[in-house]
Amino acid sequence: MILGLHPHASERRLLDDGQPTRAMTWIMAIMLFLTVLAGALGLGMFGATAQLDRALSGRLTVQIVEPIASLRDSQAGAMVGTLAKLPGVTRVREVDRAHLAQLLKPWLGDAGLDPDLPMPAMIDVEAAGADFATIEQAARRIAPAARVDRHAQWLSPVRDFLSSMSWLAVSLMLLIAGATAAVVLLAARAGLDTHRDTIDVLHMLGSTDVQIARLFQRRIAFDTLLGGIAGTAAALTLVWFLQGRLSAVGSEMLGGVALQRRDWFLLLLLPLGFALLSTLAARVAVLRTLGQRL
Amino acid sequence: MANIVQFENVGLRYGTGSETLSDVSFTLKSGSFYFLTGPSGAGKTSLLKLLYLAQRPSRGVIRLFGEDAGALPRQRLPGFRRRIGVVFQDFRLVPHLSAYDNIALPLRVAGVQESDVEAPVREMLAWVGLTERARAKPPTLSGGEQQRIAIARAVIARPELLVADEPTGNVDPEMAERLLYLFESLNRLGTSVVVATHDFHLLHRIPNAQMMRIEHGRLSDPTGVLRNPPGES
Repeated sequence: MILGLHPHASERRLLDDGQPTRAMTWIMAIMLFLTVLAGALGLGMFGATAQLDRALSGRLTVQIVEPIASLRDSQAGAMVGTLAKLPGVTRVREVDRAHLAQLLKPWLGDAGLDPDLPMPAMIDVEAAGADFATIEQAARRIAPAARVDRHAQWLSPVRDFLSSMSWLAVSLMLLIAGATAAVVLLAARAGLDTHRDTIDVLHMLGSTDVQIARLFQRRIAFDTLLGGIAGTAAALTLVWFLQGRLSAVGSEMLGGVALQRRDWFLLLLLPLGFALLSTLAARVAVLRTLGQRL
Repeated sequence: MANIVQFENVGLRYGTGSETLSDVSFTLKSGSFYFLTGPSGAGKTSLLKLLYLAQRPSRGVIRLFGEDAGALPRQRLPGFRRRIGVVFQDFRLVPHLSAYDNIALPLRVAGVQESDVEAPVREMLAWVGLTERARAKPPTLSGGEQQRIAIARAVIARPELLVADEPTGNVDPEMAERLLYLFESLNRLGTSVVVATHDFHLLHRIPNAQMMRIEHGRLSDPTGVLRNPPGES
């Protein structure tokens, strides 16, 4: 019967479904390809943002700029001892001079290795749930000229960029979903025009609008699912390839963009989501149009 | 016998043109057989369209199966239409469906299980002499064959009211009689039948049939020769 979830072959033929591959399938394949890429970008960016937040939150560097080496060293020692005792501070470590020289080498060359070159003392602090104002005040009490830099503050433009990219990807996905719904509405209306004679006959034989809408829903859902699976498979293959290239770069920050198992699962759900969206759009389009006829 | 159809001062106008039907009033009894005659363009098809709910009247009242058809909400129309079998003048077969599937449509629309579809469809195919053409699609069938499929489709669900617009226009006299016999058999089982036809030979084949004549959109009997004209409401 026409209401059935698994239609009989004769019902599938009602809308002249002889041609197995229709334009709609290709359109949906392209839509899903773009959506999955946007989705992968969004999820990757969300992942990278989260990793950045985890890595930077609670980390700061205290810089003691003191030209007198002995005073600088004593202030650094006191700073490590004092800050380590503050509640919430989990780790305090003075960056050794050799490491600093190594970091400065690209700019200063071997001159950076000169022991007489005055360099500020750098103290790395990791804190979980500590009050940064307290740390800053404690640092200033030991060295009034000390500069306290929160890592999150330095990298906030990067974080903002990643966050913007994430939302851009979400917006793109929503735009594509909207475009898909619009395509389905147009396709359903075009289908109604194409099959107008058949639909008139079905109406005269006592078909309800819902029965007729289901014929279109099934057809469009099938096209979307078929095209969607193809588009998703192509997009995921591309994402997998790009992820391999990304991991070869070896960057810690870019590594955060890599998709997790949960992300792959979410991307795999997209064709199903789009099939549901298309079904709904087709139903609305068909019922609205048929409602205007007798 | 109860009234199955009642027209009261019904008028039909398409768009802003003049009335196609004017002041049409008649009553059809349940289980009766009616012929509707009249020249081309007189309004026979328009009247039938009102009967099978393809049009709403511009004025007047149509009572169908005891209810005001003009006031029926749209969602109730399918239920009423399933009680009416229609043979369209232009057949209106679904071109990409086989003869078998076209005949089976009313049963499938009504939700009959697929296992219960085959026997009645085979029986109807045999009745209209097209068993061998069950898998043929309408474009490959002759006009007469298409007409027989259209008739089989109209009667397969045993409707309470059968409306046929020139149902024998494309078949030879022998087949016309056979089809008329099919209508008569259905009528004997309780279906009210309304047949619009130009074929005066046909009018005499059903002795108890009542006659309606329409001219210029009005029911008329100017010559007084029509047999058993239906009573006005």
